[in-house]
Amino acid sequence: MLNFVVSCIANLGAVFLHTLVQMGQALLMLLQAIMVQPKASSLARLIQQLYVVGVQSLIIILVSALFIGMVLGLQGFTLLSAYGSEQAVGQMVALTLVRELAPVVAALLFAGRAGSALTAEIGLMKATEQLASLEMFGIDPLHRIVAPRFWAGIISLPLLVAIFSLVGIYGGHLVAVEWLGVYSGSYWGNMQQAVDFNEDVLNGMLKALVFAFLISWIALYQGYSCLPTSQGISAATTRTVVYSSLAILGFDFILTALMFGGAV
Amino acid sequence: MNKRWLELSVGAMMVAGIAALVALALQVSGGSMRNVSHYPVSALFENAAGLGPKAKVTMAGVTIGEVVAVGIDPDTLMAEVRMQIDGQINYLSIDSSASILTAGLLGEKYVGITVGAEDDLLGAGDVIEDTQSALILEELIGQFLINLGDK
Repeated sequence: MLNFVVSCIANLGAVFLHTLVQMGQALLMLLQAIMVQPKASSLARLIQQLYVVGVQSLIIILVSALFIGMVLGLQGFTLLSAYGSEQAVGQMVALTLVRELAPVVAALLFAGRAGSALTAEIGLMKATEQLASLEMFGIDPLHRIVAPRFWAGIISLPLLVAIFSLVGIYGGHLVAVEWLGVYSGSYWGNMQQAVDFNEDVLNGMLKALVFAFLISWIALYQGYSCLPTSQGISAATTRTVVYSSLAILGFDFILTALMFGGAV
Repeated sequence: MNKRWLELSVGAMMVAGIAALVALALQVSGGSMRNVSHYPVSALFENAAGLGPKAKVTMAGVTIGEVVAVGIDPDTLMAEVRMQIDGQINYLSIDSSASILTAGLLGEKYVGITVGAEDDLLGAGDVIEDTQSALILEELIGQFLINLGDK
């Protein structure tokens, strides 16, 4: 019995130490990758990655934003018309999107669409020893491979979130105004009274920035540290999506509590 | 992949993202970014129930400012409502009165200001003395019931 308790505590300690070592490695990887003087040629690699990470995610972001905005418009209208205040639907759609849904849904989609691809790409580079051969040429793979992907993620996600918010609000407009007949003036007017640029829009962008950091970091570390086998890559890709999603949702609660929690 | 096309599409995405942010600022949050100058004014109410920060301050139905904070004034033990009035509205007389009004029957509370007749103007930090408190539905119903019982 005593042995069992002791081994349980020892296992707990081992898991904790292992997690600590991994987090330390992840932090070192990130610091080594981004603490570097950018060269002229790094811009071309950044643009290449912005295309892969950002532009190729546009379609899924646009389509989801449109449908989420339309659903919000429809749900908001049905809910609010029970109280005879369907004019407030614009305010509801805009606040929901700008504060909460746009950063979170765009980040979840981004983790699934771009984060998993980053992990798989770097994992395969590791498995086929491309990273090792870069090192043999005297090129640091952290600077060459990891850094441009990291910055591309940081730049892309906030832009995608801004696009998501706007498209979603127009989706809500499509349903509430064009279809269900809410007066267009009150849709925009109520929204403009309720939404504050600093408090709502910029806080949403801040969330996007935090999520971009989390996703890029997790995806790149999982790819860089995966077992160089096909199972290893597949497990790392899964871990990227799972860890990113959990991190996004967890941090979203903390950020929301900090940003909007104290307001009466 | 053509390099020109690559750069073009990335540039287009960045322009679209920044344009979306600008549209969110102008169309969605509607000029609340315009930082015009404000001056502080406060008013003492016997009861400021339901009034909170960011509530509108209006004159003749037009929004001219917002409530910054609601607290208790330790000397008079009344509710002290501190407001920011738009700097362009600098012609409120010193004997203006403030009342707490409700938008609709159950809507949000806001402060309505009615201008008085004095020549002296309300300046930064002045206190509005002539106030009318919030209408509290429960007290009103209670009074109505008492009146009903008297008959």
